[in-house]
Amino acid sequence: MEKIPILRIEDLYKQFPVTRKFIDRIKRSPKQVVHAVDGVSFTVAQGEILALVGESGSGKTTVGMNVLGLQVPTKGRILFDGHDVSDWATGRLRSGKNGDGLGRLSRRKQILSLRRRAQMVFQDPYESLNPRQTIWEIVVEPLEIHNLGLRANEKEARVRAALEDCGLAPADHFWSRYPDELSGGQRQRVVVAGALVLEPELLVADEPVSMLDVSIRADILTLLQSLRKARDITIIYTTHDLATAGYFTDRMAVMYLGRVVELGPTVEVLKEPRHPYTQALVSVAPVPNPRKRRQRVILQGEVPNPIDIPSGCRFHPRCPIATDECKKTDPPYVEISAEHEAACLKI
Amino acid sequence: MTTLEVRGLSINYLTDDGVALNAVEGLTFSLEQGRSLGLVGESGCGKTTVMLSLMRLLPEAGRIVNGQVFFEGRDLLQISEGEMQAVRWKDVSMVFQGAMNALNPVRTVESQIIEAMQLHNVVNSKQDARKRAGGLLELVGITANRGKQYPHQFSGGMRQRAVIAMALACNPRILVADEPTTALDVMIQAQIIELLEELQRELNLSLVLVTHDLGVVAEMCDDVLVMYGGTVAEYASSDTIFNNPGHPYTQRLLKAFPDIAEPGSDLASIPGNPPRLDSLPPGCRFEPRCHVGNGEPICLEALPPLVEIEPGHYVACHLVKGK
Repeated sequence: MEKIPILRIEDLYKQFPVTRKFIDRIKRSPKQVVHAVDGVSFTVAQGEILALVGESGSGKTTVGMNVLGLQVPTKGRILFDGHDVSDWATGRLRSGKNGDGLGRLSRRKQILSLRRRAQMVFQDPYESLNPRQTIWEIVVEPLEIHNLGLRANEKEARVRAALEDCGLAPADHFWSRYPDELSGGQRQRVVVAGALVLEPELLVADEPVSMLDVSIRADILTLLQSLRKARDITIIYTTHDLATAGYFTDRMAVMYLGRVVELGPTVEVLKEPRHPYTQALVSVAPVPNPRKRRQRVILQGEVPNPIDIPSGCRFHPRCPIATDECKKTDPPYVEISAEHEAACLKI
Repeated sequence: MTTLEVRGLSINYLTDDGVALNAVEGLTFSLEQGRSLGLVGESGCGKTTVMLSLMRLLPEAGRIVNGQVFFEGRDLLQISEGEMQAVRWKDVSMVFQGAMNALNPVRTVESQIIEAMQLHNVVNSKQDARKRAGGLLELVGITANRGKQYPHQFSGGMRQRAVIAMALACNPRILVADEPTTALDVMIQAQIIELLEELQRELNLSLVLVTHDLGVVAEMCDDVLVMYGGTVAEYASSDTIFNNPGHPYTQRLLKAFPDIAEPGSDLASIPGNPPRLDSLPPGCRFEPRCHVGNGEPICLEALPPLVEIEPGHYVACHLVKGK
C-alpha cells in the first residue's frame, strides 16, 4: 500500500518555558522547560486514519496542535502536502526558504489556503458550540472567515453537504435549531460538520468521543470512518482509549513522555505489542467480557514530570524489564516488520 | 448473607410546575456481603439517582414514591433522619462522581479524613484519629506522611485514592462508587481497579459500582444490573450478561462497546436516543429503539415486568421467554 504522505513530521520538538518564581530569578537558577514533544517523527498517508494514543502528558494533543498551526514548534519540520508549515501558527514569512519566491501577501494567502485544508474536531460538543448561534451560523462561519467568495446558493450547498454527510439529514430540518435542542451525539456531528464545510484534506480529532455516551460513540467513530471513504480525508485521531482506536484506525502511534515508543498497524500493535509500555497499556485496558480477563501488568506511579525527562530510555524508571543499560542508552527504533517499529533495547 | 436489598424502588422528580417525572421505576436487586454489583446504563438512565436514594441524599425535588431499601434487614427508608445519619458513612459510604475534585483545597488531606471519623465518633482522641488516617492512606497506597499535604499537591490518581480512603474511614460494610475511574488515565484507572479489588477482598466489603464503562464492570463485578430509562432491563451474573445477554438493549449495548481483545471488529451503535423523562413511552421504554420488537401492541402498551427466565437471570422484555 504505497501512498503519498500528506503529512510528514520530522524530528518535532515542542517546549514550554516554566514560569520561574521571583526567588529563582534572583538566584539565577537555570530556566526550566516542559518537554511536551521531544523528537517525534512520522508520516501519514493520504486517506489514512492514524491513532495517536497515550496518557495525559504524553504530548499527543501537542502534536495535533502543532500540525494544525495552533502552536509553533520549537524545532523540527512539519510538511503538509509538501509545504513546510512549521511556522503557520505565526503566519510569519519564510519566503524563499521553500524556493517558492512568493511575496509577503501571497505567502499569507498561501498559509490561509493551507489552513483551510487541515481542520480540527474538538473534544467536548457541550462546550465547543456557541449556544447562541444556530446550527447554520456555526457551520457557515468557517466559510465566512476564509472568505471564499462563494455565492449564497453555493454556501448553502456546502453547509447542506457537510451536515448531511455527518448524518444530519435533511439539513433544513436542523440548521435553524440551537445546540441545546440537539442530543450529545448530534452536537458532535455538528462539530464535525463545521470542520468539514471547508472541505479539508486532514482532520485532527482530539478525543472526539470521550464525552459521549457508549451507545453513541460507535456512531461518531463510524461517521469518521465513512468520511474517509466518501471524501478521502486523512484523520489523526488522538485518544487515551486503545479500544476505540482499535476499532477504526489503520495505524497506531503510542506516545510516552513526548516520544513515539511504538508505531505500527493498529491490529498488530494491539495483538502483539512489542514495547513494554504498549504491552502494559494493552494488558490493563478493560475487556468487556469476564471470561477474557487478563493478567494485568500495572505500572506503578505515574508518568514522570516532563521537565526532567529520565536519562537513557525515558521509560526505564517504570519499565518492568529495564536493566542498567536502559538507564544510559536512549533506545533507537527497531524494525519489527515492514511498517512496525518500537524503541526499546530489549527487542 | 444479604447486606443490601432493594425492592420495587420508584423515584420521581418534581418540576417547578409540580409535574412528577418518573426517574426510576420498580428497581429491585440484592447484594451479598463481600460481593460486587455493577450498575450500568447510559447517562440519564437513573443510576446516580438510585445511588443517592440508597444514602437518602436525593436533591430536594427527588421523591421516593415506592419501595424498600433493606440494609441488614432494616428498611432505611423508614428510619428517622437522625438514625440515617448514623448509617451513612459508618455502614454505607460513597465515592461520589468526580469526588477527586471535591476535596477541600484549603485543608490537608489528613484533616479531611479525620473529620469523617470524628463526626461518627469512631475515634477517641486526635492522636488515635491521626494514626488511623495514616493507616488508611497506607491502605490505599499513599505514604502516611503525605496526609499533611494539601489536595493540590496530589495528582489526580492520588486524590482519587484519598477520596477512597475517606470513604473507608468508618469501616463501612458497603461502598458505593459512582464512576470512580471515569476521568482517570488508563494506567491510573487500572491501579484504582486493582485497589478496589484488593480492598474488597481484605475488608470483605460489598461494592456497588455505578458506571457506563462495560469494560470496568466486566473486570470487577460479580453481578450486573443494566438500567434503561429508569427501569431494570436485565439483572444477572456478570458472565451471563456479557456472554448470554437476554434483553435486546443489553445485546445492543455490548455491540456498541469496542473490545480491545478483538481489534478491527464491527461496532454498531444503538439508533435513536435514550428516552427523556418528560416524554417516556407508555409501554416498554426501549421500544422505540428496539431491534427485536416490531411495534407489537404489548410492547407499546405495557411496561414489561422483570421475569426470571432462568435461575438468577432476570430480564424485563415482553419478547424474551423463559427456558
